[in-house]
Amino acid sequence: MERTNTLSIQQSRDNDFIREVEEASGQTVSKCYQCGNCMASCVYTFAYDYPVTQIMRLTQLGQRDTVLGSSSIWLCANCQACTTRCPQNIDVAQVMETLRVMSRKANTVSQRDIRVFYDEFLRSVKTFGRVFETGLLPVYNLRTKRPFTDFDLAPRLMWKGKLSFLPARIKKRKKIAQIFEVIKRDRFSKDGKARPEPLSSQTDI
Amino acid sequence: MRIGVFVCNCGTNIAGTVDTKRVASEALSFADVVYATNYMYTCSEPGQQEIQRAIGEHGLQGVVVAACSPRMHEPTFRRAVEKAGLNRYMFEMANIREHVSWIGNDREANTQKAIDLVRMAVAKLRFNNPLFSSKMPVNKRLLVIGGGVAGIQAALDCADGGMDVVMVERKQYIGGKMAKLDKTFPTIDCSSCILGPKMVDVSQKENITLYAASEIESISGYIGNFTVQIRKKATYVNWEACTGCGLCTEKCPSKKAADYFNEGLGAARAINIPFPQAIPKKAAIDAQFCRQLNGKKCGVCAKVCPVQAVDFEMKDSIVTEQVGAIIVATGYDLFDHSAYGEYGAGRYPDVISGIQYERILSASGPYGGHIRRPSDGKEPKDIVFISCVGSRDASVGRPYCSGICCMYIAKQAILTRDHLPESNSYVFYMDIRSPGKNYDEFVRRAQEEYGVQYIRGRVGKIYPRGDRMVVQGADTLLGVQVEVEADLVVLATGVESSAGAGELAEKLRISYDQYGFYMESHPKLRPVETNTAGVYLAGACQGPKDIPSSVAQGSAAASKVQSLFAHDTIETNPQVALVNERTCISCGKCIQVCPFGAIQWKELRGGIKKAEVLPTVCQGCGVCNATCPPKAIQLQHATDNQILAEVNELCA
Ligand SMILES: Cc1cc2nc3c(=O)[nH]c(=O)nc-3n(C[C@H](O)[C@H](O)[C@H](O)COP(=O)(O)OP(=O)(O)OC[C@H]3O[C@@H](n4cnc5c(N)ncnc54)[C@H](O)[C@@H]3O)c2cc1C
Ligand code: SF4
Ligand code: SF4
Ligand code: SF4
Ligand code: SF4
Repeated sequence: MERTNTLSIQQSRDNDFIREVEEASGQTVSKCYQCGNCMASCVYTFAYDYPVTQIMRLTQLGQRDTVLGSSSIWLCANCQACTTRCPQNIDVAQVMETLRVMSRKANTVSQRDIRVFYDEFLRSVKTFGRVFETGLLPVYNLRTKRPFTDFDLAPRLMWKGKLSFLPARIKKRKKIAQIFEVIKRDRFSKDGKARPEPLSSQTDI
Repeated sequence: MRIGVFVCNCGTNIAGTVDTKRVASEALSFADVVYATNYMYTCSEPGQQEIQRAIGEHGLQGVVVAACSPRMHEPTFRRAVEKAGLNRYMFEMANIREHVSWIGNDREANTQKAIDLVRMAVAKLRFNNPLFSSKMPVNKRLLVIGGGVAGIQAALDCADGGMDVVMVERKQYIGGKMAKLDKTFPTIDCSSCILGPKMVDVSQKENITLYAASEIESISGYIGNFTVQIRKKATYVNWEACTGCGLCTEKCPSKKAADYFNEGLGAARAINIPFPQAIPKKAAIDAQFCRQLNGKKCGVCAKVCPVQAVDFEMKDSIVTEQVGAIIVATGYDLFDHSAYGEYGAGRYPDVISGIQYERILSASGPYGGHIRRPSDGKEPKDIVFISCVGSRDASVGRPYCSGICCMYIAKQAILTRDHLPESNSYVFYMDIRSPGKNYDEFVRRAQEEYGVQYIRGRVGKIYPRGDRMVVQGADTLLGVQVEVEADLVVLATGVESSAGAGELAEKLRISYDQYGFYMESHPKLRPVETNTAGVYLAGACQGPKDIPSSVAQGSAAASKVQSLFAHDTIETNPQVALVNERTCISCGKCIQVCPFGAIQWKELRGGIKKAEVLPTVCQGCGVCNATCPPKAIQLQHATDNQILAEVNELCA
């Protein structure tokens, strides 16, 4: 949504959106009385397109597209300063996390780079059982078209043993990959197909 | 018995989900019911007349009204049947509103439940007997607990009306919080100039007995006849002798005693008179800081006192007073901001509370009325006020609005500008609550004429930078984070119930809410009454309140007392326990269980002892009734037969 001077409340208010956020986050967004403490406490307010207080307000008003398309939800560091300070006991960081999941599902992630990072991170976990930084970072850099960013840091990190040439060998790497499969199937099951067995009975992780 | 049943529609309140017509027609089939009808508003004038007409026309001997809660209208209907010649206890009420229509939507189930409740009421009524009250004299003396502005107003109003008043104040002085204030909104008149004369009146009126430094030990009795025990705390100074000259304070070598009156900003002596205009103007020793009382050698005050008033051997003493009514005016306390870690948890000396700032502003305060900051005594240039600290904050368990702080912040910001024209004041607020007469204009003036910068948003944290502090907050109107560098930060700490409010309530047998504020009898129509007859409320003990409202309540409570005292006698409640001497086996169990000490032995001729109830002391709790093995003691209007008749109908 463009920032406009007139917002037609009836036409733009998406009640399902409010309900979905509340159900998924377990928080009651109408409790927010717009005191501003979260945005006063958030270290990233300077970078957000909508400060977190306004994310809460936009959610109260059911502005699905604006919220899910905002950069704020992706810049959030999940540091929980907002949650700690909220006088209304709202877990604001949980709301932000919920919005990220909804945004990814709706494919409305505004920050392409951040989406790429999340995707590559998970791909790395799926392949190696845990993150392989030395592989992840160049791929991320390539996909975000800035191949040499932070390249100069690599030798120092290797020297300190923070990066290695080979992925760590973990036990039962396949089982981790299986988790991804199960989750994928789980998602399909919502489309009418049979639910898979619970994870615990299938694997012994 | 010929019984009439009246089922109220209560507009749609009841008829909306209960078939009142059917309830009435079903009632006609119950034993002894000779007349039944439903009516739009039974409590209305024509509704009552309808009952009275039916009593005459159908020769009714008992009446059942199925309507709202008896707490609401039982007295109304009792009066109505009495006017038509019935005894007021030949009446029963079935609550089909709060207990039926308001709590369920299923019309069929509701109607069935209403029919059951009416059947129970009819069954009970068949066992009712006429009861008669007796008259008791009213002791026309008033007890006022708490000597803040609300209590003072109530005491003076009643004393002016010629009544004897006993005032009990737990501090050494009266005046409450108002005595600590500098000037007052919305007129900026000096607090001690308007309160001082009233305090002096209290001390000079012949018919007011003041017990300062005293607390309520116990209360017994009932409306018109309370007995109160008052604990006079040891002040170690004989107040009969003390002239308030202050020589002792001057010479006391213990110079670092806690300065409660100045909210910890100054230092007091162990023996002191809290402020020059204190009433009573008497010295008292703070035992915690006195050298002599802590086993060291001193006794200087005793030596210098020209009238030998100091008495290190003094102990608490108990006095007993008899009164007919009680006004509770115990006021409030303030939220302790050390709960806010992000505001320094009370560790930053220049982050202070609003009441501390009042003392700083006050000419009789610790800095002589010059605004300085506590840490280094420097004049502040930038002063930040933060509203709603310990109010409207569910995370610290205080979700309610304190009602006064928006206004006193505006006042303090205006006064700051008057004291220091070069200074800048900033107010962080969430909403501005200023609904009183001339209140919003006052807040506007702070902004328009005094240049106070209001910022709409909460403060996230305060942290030191050099010898100043950074206040980091939000301006939600702009959607930006803001910071202000401040020399002094004033927190509008919220109102909470007065310490010990719960224990006092238990002594008075009145109720209080989850935050410790006393409950009025009805939030709209009985704002100064409690549910204990003869006990009234005034001021901030009932909920946060400013001075005008506290004073108004003080006067309102006084007028309630005056209308009570306009009668020489009051009627006793005949719904008390009664012993059947022929079946009493003299086991004494009832005497043991009665929580009010209302039962005693009575000696019959031949030395036989039987239990006897003092009807004025009995509170009608029924414990004795449940305990008595041969069921000789019966609570009138709730006898075993009456209760069992109801239960039988319910189980039928
Ligand atoms: C910083 C600040 C500034 C304010 N400025 C203003 C203003 O400018 N204008 C305005 O209208 N209002 C102002 N107020 C509000 C004002 O203080 C209150 O409205 C007023 O004091 C309420 O009077 P009260 O008599 O009900 O209670 P209190 O003043 O609290 O008096 C209660 C008294 O009862 C005594 N007491 C308590 N418990 C017992 C007990 N168990 N036994 C015996 N005695 C007991 C207490 O010691 C006290 O003396 C301000 C408040 C604050 C905090
Ligand atoms: S959790 Fe996110 S929104 Fe909340 S304060 Fe931290 S960065 Fe800001
Ligand atoms: S801190 Fe809580 S109440 Fe305040 S604006 Fe943020 S979410 Fe709303
Ligand atoms: S009166 Fe104003 S400052 Fe005080 S709690 Fe209410 S809104 Fe907050
Ligand atoms: S009803 Fe209660 S108060 Fe009355 S005499 Fe019996 S036990 Fe005592």
